[in-house]
Amino acid sequence: MLSWLPEDVSTFGPGIDQMFYLIYYITAATFVVVMALLVAFLIMYRHQEGRRATYTHGNSTLEIIWTIIPALILVMLGFMSKGKWDAIKKNAPPADVQVRVTGKQFNWEVMYPGPDGKFETADDVQFDNDVHVPVNKVVRVLLRSKDVIHSFFVPALRLKQDALPGREIVVWFEVTKPGTYEIPCAELCGFGHSGMKGSLIVHDAAGYEAWMKEKWPAAGGTAAVDRSEPKRG
Amino acid sequence: MSETAAVASTAHAAHEHHEELSFLRHYVFSTDHKMIGRQFLFMGLSFMILGGLLALLVRWELAWPETAVPFMHWVPEPTMYDGVIPPDTYNAFFTMHATIMIFFVVMPILVGAFGNFLIPLMIGTRDMAFPLLNMLSFWIALVAGFIMLAGFFVPGGHAAAGWTSYAPLSANPQYTGVYWGQNLWCISILVLGVSSLMGSINYITTIINMRAPGMQFFRLPLTIWALFIVAILLLLALPVLSAALGLLLLDRMAGTSFFLPAGGGEPLLWQHLFWFFGHPEVYILILPAMGIASDILSVFARKPIFGYRAMAFSMIAIAFLSWIVWGHHMFQSGMNPTLGTSFMISTMVIAVPSAIKTFNWLGTLWGGNIRFTTPMLNALAFVSMFVIGGLSGIYMASTPVDIFIHDTYFIVAHIHYVVFGGSVFGIFAAIYYWFPKMFGRMMNETLGKIHFWGTLIFFNGTFFPMHILGVGGHMRRIYNPKQYAFLHDLQPINVFITICAIGLGISQIPFVINFFYTLFAGPIAEQNPWHANTLEWVAPTPTPHGNFPEQPIVYRGPYEYSSPEVKEDWLPQNRKLEGALRAH
Repeated sequence: MLSWLPEDVSTFGPGIDQMFYLIYYITAATFVVVMALLVAFLIMYRHQEGRRATYTHGNSTLEIIWTIIPALILVMLGFMSKGKWDAIKKNAPPADVQVRVTGKQFNWEVMYPGPDGKFETADDVQFDNDVHVPVNKVVRVLLRSKDVIHSFFVPALRLKQDALPGREIVVWFEVTKPGTYEIPCAELCGFGHSGMKGSLIVHDAAGYEAWMKEKWPAAGGTAAVDRSEPKRG
Repeated sequence: MSETAAVASTAHAAHEHHEELSFLRHYVFSTDHKMIGRQFLFMGLSFMILGGLLALLVRWELAWPETAVPFMHWVPEPTMYDGVIPPDTYNAFFTMHATIMIFFVVMPILVGAFGNFLIPLMIGTRDMAFPLLNMLSFWIALVAGFIMLAGFFVPGGHAAAGWTSYAPLSANPQYTGVYWGQNLWCISILVLGVSSLMGSINYITTIINMRAPGMQFFRLPLTIWALFIVAILLLLALPVLSAALGLLLLDRMAGTSFFLPAGGGEPLLWQHLFWFFGHPEVYILILPAMGIASDILSVFARKPIFGYRAMAFSMIAIAFLSWIVWGHHMFQSGMNPTLGTSFMISTMVIAVPSAIKTFNWLGTLWGGNIRFTTPMLNALAFVSMFVIGGLSGIYMASTPVDIFIHDTYFIVAHIHYVVFGGSVFGIFAAIYYWFPKMFGRMMNETLGKIHFWGTLIFFNGTFFPMHILGVGGHMRRIYNPKQYAFLHDLQPINVFITICAIGLGISQIPFVINFFYTLFAGPIAEQNPWHANTLEWVAPTPTPHGNFPEQPIVYRGPYEYSSPEVKEDWLPQNRKLEGALRAH
């Protein structure tokens, strides 16, 4: 079933997929065992004239066993999840590229700080729906919304984060393969929700340089790489 | 306490004159819990038809986007355009499908109909503690239903912000173009909340104060345990929803900004309030079905329930934990990620009592003498489908996996395995099982089995592939999946799902025929057709106003099947054995 997962091209994506597979194996095995027992019991203990059901009210040892085993497995899954979650959502690495994405009914406004690395200056450039990033670089996205809640979803990166009006939420990613990937909105945002689609265009190093030169001809490109802390707005 | 006693005795006095009731007082404005239960059942089943048709319209759009729906050309513009569903109507359709199924089908049937019908009968008393409040609870629910239906006919269309109605989308009409539709949605659920509060106060009071002599708490059938816990959840959760709805209405109609950031409001506040109600709500929908399935499994396995106390305590644990897991709906909402970890841990923990229940159901079947009647088949389907719904919940509980599957069809699959696979199979099991007591006639087993197998097969055909859609990244609530290249290969699955959904709808026809045919012409049921132990089967059929000709006295728990103390394989709770009064 998991062969239906989309292509996975982010650095943290494989960690998420591993967790997905682990839970898949555990739940599939549990399901098979429970269903096998159920079907076996239904066949073995189907009604027969003259037979009497076993009169028992339970078995404490058994009940303790089947309480503790699931509890241990679930706690283990919890701790494994915590590590991956913290790495993705809490401990972001320093950013190479910074871009501000603002959701509005019904598109994504993509703002680059330009060669000076700072927003709200003259060299900022805004694009509609297209996010251009270099491959193998840490990209920091400052997510905002102008109206309702949207959700920035890049299936190929295993990345999803709601964009809330009234605050800025920082997410990061690093793509491992050049290409073009779709950015649907994953949170119902009105009648145009379905068509709210952006594109993530991942360039190789040379391609990104060329794109920068084209958009900021005066600066020669490289300066748009930015290591400053994100400003809160 | 003395007030309760006074009300009970007044009710008793009223019951002694039941022969004189007019048609209106008997069938319409009845204070008899059994009639009110039947009224809730008819209300819920009627709404189920509407909710089901809305689901089929949504499915048509997803399989064959922007094409005309057959037989729907009569719907006027701007709701539909010659049978084609426009995006805003589509949003209203899935919003109303969920709203109706949750608030006007599953709650009225499991809590309203079976809660009302079963509580006094199973605990061995004459009626509810507050019969008049009980009648009001039904009529207020019906008013709420009509307010909700009115929303389909107002300009701007019905509420279209999803059943979760996330602010700010729901809080400012300019974002959706929906005006009175969303207002009526809020008002209807506020009114319904009043009805549920009346019901839950009644249930709690009745179960605490009016149990038959000898009916200790640990001799209550698990159905009653479930309904008791659900009533407490309702009592504590609904006021939170009502408060949130009040704030939302003020934002919409009075210009406040509780949820609108432009005026200093906080959109996440709505989500916290909504899910603080919303997660207990999920257990309100599933716990009664768990109780019902436990009772039915025990009856038809002819075996005591395995681990009775563990079953009761695990329901209590689920109810308690349900208050501290709401944030798992909000992992990607912008809520602090550290808080996300806390909610993940509590969510992992709540899976444990669910696992205990599943293994205890298996334990109940082990060594039984199992009869595959229609109610038993539906109860077994409940167990198997609940296993899938419970296991799929673990994926969402894991925060990193949830990053990917949140707001995809994986969630849609999960909720339907819990609420359809769980609650609705529970409803069918309960209807087939208690029909002889409710209406005095036996439903047809052949039609029942056709209905069961059709429903089980098409249910899985409809909802299992939704897991695959979710794994593929298919977003929920989108109007046209063909707009996305990465969903292209998944479209045949959407078509398959829709065909199965139509099959699922058609599979309900034998049920409708069986229900109405039996109601008027089915074979007369005996008093205790399933040879069950619980007190409702001690009451005569048809059960008169006042239920029991003489007060039953309870000597034992409800699950003494195949007991060595008697020759038969059942031993009613009220049967006095010669010699020692042995209690289990």
